[in-house]
Formats: sequence, structure tokens, C-alpha cells
Amino acid sequence: MSPSPVELHDTAEALWEDQQRAHETMFTMVWKRFRRHPGAIAGLIVLSIIILGVVLAPLSPYDPEASDIRNRFQPPSLQHPFGTDALGRDLLTRCLYGGRVSLMVGFLVVLITLAVGIPVGAVAGFMGGWIDNVLMRITDAALSMPALMVLILLSAILREVEMPFFERNNVLTIAMVIGALSWMTVARLVRASFLTIKELDFITAARCVGTSRLRIMGRHILPNAIGPIIVEATLEMGWAIMEEAGLSFLGFGIQPPTPSWGNLLESAWEHMVKYPWLAIFPGLMIFFTIISINYIGDGLRDAFDPHKVLQRIGEV
Amino acid sequence: MGRYIARRLLQAIPMLFLLSIALFLLVNLAPGGPLAGHGRTRRPNPEKAEQLKRQFGLDQPLAVQYVVWLVGNDWMNVDADGDGIKESKGTRRGILRGDFGFSFKTRKPVIEEVGERLGNTVYLMTVTLIIVAIIAIPVGIISAIKQYSFFDISVTTLSFMGQAIPEFWLGMILILVFYVWLKNPITGESLLPPGGMKSMQPGFDLWDRIQHLILPVTMGAVGWVAWYSRFLRSGMLDIIHQDYIRTARAKGLSERLVMSRHALKNALIPLVTILALDIPYIFAGSIYVELMFSWPGMGRLYYQAATGRDYPVLMAILIFASMFTVIANLLADIAYGYLDPRIRYE
Repeated sequence: MSPSPVELHDTAEALWEDQQRAHETMFTMVWKRFRRHPGAIAGLIVLSIIILGVVLAPLSPYDPEASDIRNRFQPPSLQHPFGTDALGRDLLTRCLYGGRVSLMVGFLVVLITLAVGIPVGAVAGFMGGWIDNVLMRITDAALSMPALMVLILLSAILREVEMPFFERNNVLTIAMVIGALSWMTVARLVRASFLTIKELDFITAARCVGTSRLRIMGRHILPNAIGPIIVEATLEMGWAIMEEAGLSFLGFGIQPPTPSWGNLLESAWEHMVKYPWLAIFPGLMIFFTIISINYIGDGLRDAFDPHKVLQRIGEV
Repeated sequence: MGRYIARRLLQAIPMLFLLSIALFLLVNLAPGGPLAGHGRTRRPNPEKAEQLKRQFGLDQPLAVQYVVWLVGNDWMNVDADGDGIKESKGTRRGILRGDFGFSFKTRKPVIEEVGERLGNTVYLMTVTLIIVAIIAIPVGIISAIKQYSFFDISVTTLSFMGQAIPEFWLGMILILVFYVWLKNPITGESLLPPGGMKSMQPGFDLWDRIQHLILPVTMGAVGWVAWYSRFLRSGMLDIIHQDYIRTARAKGLSERLVMSRHALKNALIPLVTILALDIPYIFAGSIYVELMFSWPGMGRLYYQAATGRDYPVLMAILIFASMFTVIANLLADIAYGYLDPRIRYE
């Protein structure tokens, strides 16, 4: 059956669009598709508001750590929109400062994940052979560790340690601990992309003109594999924030008086029955941050359309 | 297939050894060593501490300690009374022969400690998994079949929310709502109990058990229901657009038959795999549930061991959990190969 006029028209339209796109950079293309995802745009807006609030936290009239016993356990009001805690500190201010810690942990974990995951995956996928074997067995072993339990163990140990830069479970320590157990997915993802892309003709061409291996990996393969990596990194940020909150909630993460969303919830636990706002607001902050990040990740996934790459990973 | 399983098992053994070494080093390199938490309340007595160290064999090099932990010390002379002379054969049999040592805290064999609680965790997690399956499978399937319907859009939104709720915060909110705020209209008591596995009264009361399960199971299930229903939805959507579904429709099968016989079966295959891979995470998540609802399970035991530096207990649970993960991975691969004949392992 020959194609109907409508179909012909659609095909021509698509071809024309493709030609237009050839003049655009990848990121304008991605942004155009991203814009059409209402959830992702909503997520972007909410996350921007949270980040803005967190950055502007010092503008708050209240001190996040100084106690004010006369004002303890004030319910939410105009002066204290989120109420006050057991030491009379303004909960909104503490939530915003806590957000600095939680978001910073999330951001650092993503950096660590990429800094470890990309080189490991790239070298394994590109070199193949015994190097691939060794790197992937290490990745498998790391994946076989009971992640949450090892996280608890590591942070319980480091809680007692006084080292320069890593003293008593500060942001950097917690980010390193979480990062050490979350680079594996990115490594596998990058390896899978490298395995397929390195077989393509343009890579052979690059080899023929004597391009160095490092340059082939970094300049020719990596940009073509960037979509799924960005999606994974985005979602990883949400996971990391969740993990930090969990660790701090158990008392192994960021230590008070430095607020983080997790330890705000931990200190809310014992007063929760009488003063429920202490438990509600920090949790809502986590919830809105993570749901925004997940929607942004979903929008990016659609925009990059890494569907085929993801399918391949399922088979690795 | 048999050869494939055998090879995978053989590969798993060195990996578990590597993991055990890594975990052993991690635990034992902690500042202060395993005895750091010992007798913190009493005045420290350096002489007594030295004696204890020798008795526990902690004065030995780490490599020796690892070997003792692994295969026991009944073949070598040890210093049982801590006086500095190795006079008698040891009594440890090593984890390879099922001896995980004694808990520092309760002085009971670790295997007993873990055994007492393992059942409780398995009980809670089994109920949770069944509930997750009962809800997530139909929801995911219907959501895919009726793509972009009101039902589908609500499910997708709800599952985004379910995945963004921190598990422990959900627990707090559940306790607030069902224990603190909502009251039973007849008795005036709290609607649901805030923790524990059963009430104090003796005897087995099914309704009492169910009441104690509702909140912990809800807390554990929400995130997984969200994740699995989304996972099934997208798997089902992929399959609905396959050629063989069009073929089944073209030969005149009813839509119900196409969906149940041709689509659903294939959509469930990846679910089995992902479920096997997730089970270790589901169990690890029990730490939060068990802590919040004072459930006497493995998760709570691990938390207590981590705070109290009960290293033999920590090591035992870590090793069990790692073995569990490796076995779950293997099961996932085997199940995949068995359910999907296109996949053949050589």
C-alpha cells in the first residue's frame, strides 16, 4: 500500500525538521525537547526556588545555631513560618541552612560519581581485554556490597575520626562515603556506550589519521555518550540527597549543630507527637527537592532519547 | 545452563573472599579498634585492656586475625587467659565452619543473635513484597493499557511522589496520622499501634498481628510500589508496540487475550529479574522500618551493632548481606535465561 498524502506530508515535515536541526547544537535541540515536558519545567522552577532560598539563607534575621530558649516550640506563625525548634531556633532558617548542606552533598556526590565512573567505564569499554575484566570485576564487587549497611559502617567509623578536611563527618566526608558506593552505575553505563561507539566508522577514521587514544576517548566518543550520563547524574543527585538524609536521620551523617535535612528530622523524632511541624517541614523540603530532580531527570531522558542505549545496558 | 551456573558460582567464591577481606579491613581499621567501645563507662585500665586484647587475639597481626576469623584457631596455640603465654588450643571454629564468634555486647554466639532476628525481618519483608506485587502489577499493567487516561496520569504522578518520599519521613508521618491524630471512634484509643510485632497479651491473635503490620508494611511498600508500577508500565508500553502483538490482534484474538496471553507474560520477565536484584535493597531498607516501629529484626540489630561497635555482629550481618546480594544476582541471571529463551548463556 502506498503511503497516504498525510503520511507523506509528515515524512517531509520530519525530514525538513531534521535538516533544520543539523544547524543546531545538541544542547539547543535537547533544550527544545526538554521545554515540552511540563513536569520537567515545573521541577526546574521548584528546584530553582529551593536553590535560591538556600543561597539567600544568610538574609534571614535569625541565627541558625544560636538558641533562644524563651521562644522554644513556637508553632508556625508569621514571624516563624515553619515554627521554632527545641532550642527556640527558627526552623525555616535551619531548613535553608540545612538545604545548603544537603544540596552540597548531592552535588559533590555527583562530581565524585562522574570523576570515578567516567574514567573507569571509558577505559574498560575502550581498551577491552584484561583491563576491562579487572575493572568490571571491581565494579561488580562494589555493587555486591550491601550499600546502606556499608554506608552506615563507614560513617560510624569516620564519625570518630579527626583528620584535616574530614573532621567529624562534615559535608566532604559524607559526600566521599556516599560517592564511593555510587559510581558503579555510571561506570557500567559509560562502558556500554563506549563498547558500541568505538566500533563505528568515524572512530576507525580517527584511528587511521593517528589520533591518540586519549583524544579519541575524550573528544570523539564521550560527547556521543553524554546524554545517558547527564540523565544518570541528575537522578544520582536525588539519590545522594536521600542517602544523606537517611544517614543523618540515623545519627551517622552530618552532626549537629550543623543542620541538614536529615538531622533536622532526627531531632524532630522525639518531639514529633507534641510539635509535629518539626517533622513535617524538613521532610517536605526533601520531598520537593527530590521530586523536582526526578522530573528534571525524566525530562532530560526524553530530551536526549537514550532509549536504545538504555536497552543495550539491560543486555550487558 | 548447568555449566553456566557452575561457572558463575565459581566466580562468586573469589569475589566473596575479596569482599570479606575488604569488609574485615574496614571494620578492624576503625580508630581505637574493636575494643574502643569496651568499658567506656568504667575507668580505663590499661593493664586490663592489654589482657582483654590478648584474650580476644587482637594483639595478633591483622592477617592472622582474618585467618582466625575465617577458619578458626583450634589448630593453633592461643593465649586464652591473657597472661602473655600461648598455652592452649583455641576454640574458635571460623565462619567457614559456621562459627561467627560471640557478640561483644550480649556474649551470646552471633549466629544465635542473628538467627533470632532473621525470621522477624523475613516475615516483615515477605508481607511487604506480597503487598507490593498485589498493588504494583495490576496498576502498572492497567496504566500502560490505558495510556494517557485519567487513571494513567494519576498513577504516573503518584509514583513520582512515591519515589520522592524519604522512607523514614513517611514512617514519621504515618505514626503522626494513625497513632497520634486518628482515634478509634468506639474505644477512643489510637487507631493503630506505633510499633512492635504484637501486643503484650499472650496467645496468637491474627487481627492484632495485622494491626501491627499495617504501618511498617505501608512505610516499606510505598517506594517499591511506585518504582515497580512505573517499571512495569514502561515495559508493557514497549511490548504493546511490538510486531507480534499486532500479529496477535490481526489474527482476530480478543484484546483481553492479546494482553493477558501475549503482552503480560513478556512484561513480567524483566520484573522477575529486577525483583531478584532489588531484594537485597529491600532488606537493607528494613533498617529504617525496624528502627521506627521497634521491630526486632536484622536491620535494628545492625544499627545497634554499629552504634555499639559490636564488630562480630557487624561482620556477620555484612557477610550474610553480601552473600545474599551475590546469590540474588545469580538468581536474576538464571531466571532471565529460563524465562526468556532468546537469551542463552555459553
